[in-house]
Amino acid sequence: MGLGIETRHRIARRAALEIKDGMTVNLGIGIPTLVADYIPKDLHIMLHTENGILGMGGSPAQGEEDGNLSNAGGYPVTIHPGASYFDSATAFGIIRKGLLDFTILGALEVSEKGDIANWIVPGKRVPGMGGAIDLAQKAKKVVILMNHTDKFGNPKIVKNCSLPLTVKEGAHMIITEKAVFQCVNGQLFLREIMNPYSVDDVLRTTGAAVIVDEKVSVFQ
Amino acid sequence: MAQKVNKEISLESASQYFFNGMSLMVGGFGGVGAPPSLVNLILEKNIQDIFLISNDTGFPWIGPGKLITEKRVKKLIASHIGSNPEAGKQMQEGFLEVEFVPQGTLAEKIRAGGMGLGGILVDVGLGTVVEANKEKVLVNSKEYMIETALTADVSIVYAKRADRYGNLIYDKSARNTNPLVATAGQITIAEVEEIVPTGSLNPEEIVTPGVFVDFIIQSKGVDWKWVWELKRGTESPEGQHSK
Repeated sequence: MGLGIETRHRIARRAALEIKDGMTVNLGIGIPTLVADYIPKDLHIMLHTENGILGMGGSPAQGEEDGNLSNAGGYPVTIHPGASYFDSATAFGIIRKGLLDFTILGALEVSEKGDIANWIVPGKRVPGMGGAIDLAQKAKKVVILMNHTDKFGNPKIVKNCSLPLTVKEGAHMIITEKAVFQCVNGQLFLREIMNPYSVDDVLRTTGAAVIVDEKVSVFQ
Repeated sequence: MAQKVNKEISLESASQYFFNGMSLMVGGFGGVGAPPSLVNLILEKNIQDIFLISNDTGFPWIGPGKLITEKRVKKLIASHIGSNPEAGKQMQEGFLEVEFVPQGTLAEKIRAGGMGLGGILVDVGLGTVVEANKEKVLVNSKEYMIETALTADVSIVYAKRADRYGNLIYDKSARNTNPLVATAGQITIAEVEEIVPTGSLNPEEIVTPGVFVDFIIQSKGVDWKWVWELKRGTESPEGQHSK
C-alpha cells in the first residue's frame, strides 16, 4: 500500500469504529489485522477466519506460537473462550448463510455504486479470488480499506470498474488514507476526511460522482 | 465384531498409488495442514502431469506449492495462488492451466464429490466472471449456478491422529480442507502425526470416519511452521483480501 505506519494505524483505528458489540467479524490480513488492535476490549466480538476458526484472539507471545493455530494468512493466533474449529465448508457456510455481520476487504477499484474489483488484473496479476467473492457478496457489511489512488496517482474510486468484478454493489463503506465514504443506494457520500487532507484533495483524486456531506467531519 | 483392519502402510509403499497424469486432491490451507511426507514422496517418485485440486498453492517450498515449483502440475483448480509466485509465473507462461473457484464454492464442490452428489446450487459469484459457462437454474424464484462436484484419483490429507481403521482427528486450524478432501478421493491416503490402536479414539470426537480412508502413513514431520517465521516483518501492507 506504500502508506506510512501512522497512516495505516489511522485507517485501522477508523475502521474499528464500525465494529459493534456482538458482531461476528471477518478481518483480512495486512491493515485489517491492525483493526483488531483497535476494537475496544469491552466489546464482545467473535472473529471468524476462512481457515476454520470462530473466536480467534490476538497474536501469541513469542515462543508460544502453535504451528497448527493460525489465521488465514498463516500467522500464529490464539483463541478466546467460546471459540470453535471447523472445516472449510463450515467456514464458508457461516459466510454464505449471512452470519457474518462485518468484513473488511482490500480493493483495486471500487465504483460509485459499490462494485468491487479486487482479485485480478488480467494478464498482469492473477492471484485468484480466494474467499473474497464469498465475503463481498454475503457479509452484511463490507468495508473497503485501500489507497485512495494507485501507484501512478490514478483514482481507485471510479465511475465504473474497468477490472473484472468481485461483486456488484457490494461495498457499504470505503476508508482510504484521505477519506471515509458511504455507499448508499448506488450513490457515494463523502462523510469524513482524514487529517491532513481537504475535501478538495479528496474530490480531485476521486474518479466518481461524490455527494459531499453538509457536515464533513475530520478524522484525526 | 471388533474392527481388525489395519490401514497403516509404509510411506514408500504409498507410492504405488501415484501415477503420471493422476488427478490429485491435497488438503491444507496456505500450506498449513498439507501432508508434507506424501508431497515429498510424489516429488521423489518423479510423478508428472498432475491435475491438482487444492484450496491454494501454498508457498513455493511448502505444501502443494512444491509440486508447482518442480513443474509436476499441468492443470490446477484452486481459489488462490497469490502466495506462490511460481504458480503465477507458470500460468502466464502457459505451462500451468488454472481454473479459479471461489473458496467456499470450491470447498462445497469437494464436499459434494465426497458425499456422492452430482453438484450443488450456488449463488456466490453471480454477476462476475464466475458465471461464465455455468448452467443456471431458478429455485423458488432465486437464481443459482450449478456447480459440479469434484473428486480425484487420489486424495492426500494430514491429520493429527488416526486409529488403524483410519478414523481421523485433526488439530485446530490445520483441519481446514482436510476432512472434505479425505472424502473425495477414489483412494484417500492420510498422513498422520500419531497412529493409535483402534478403539482408543473417542467416537464423539472423530471428524473423518475411517471408511473414507484407504491408507494411513506415519508423518515424518511437518514443514509449515516457518510460514510465519519467514513472513514476520515482511507483511504485505495492502490488506490482502483473500485466502
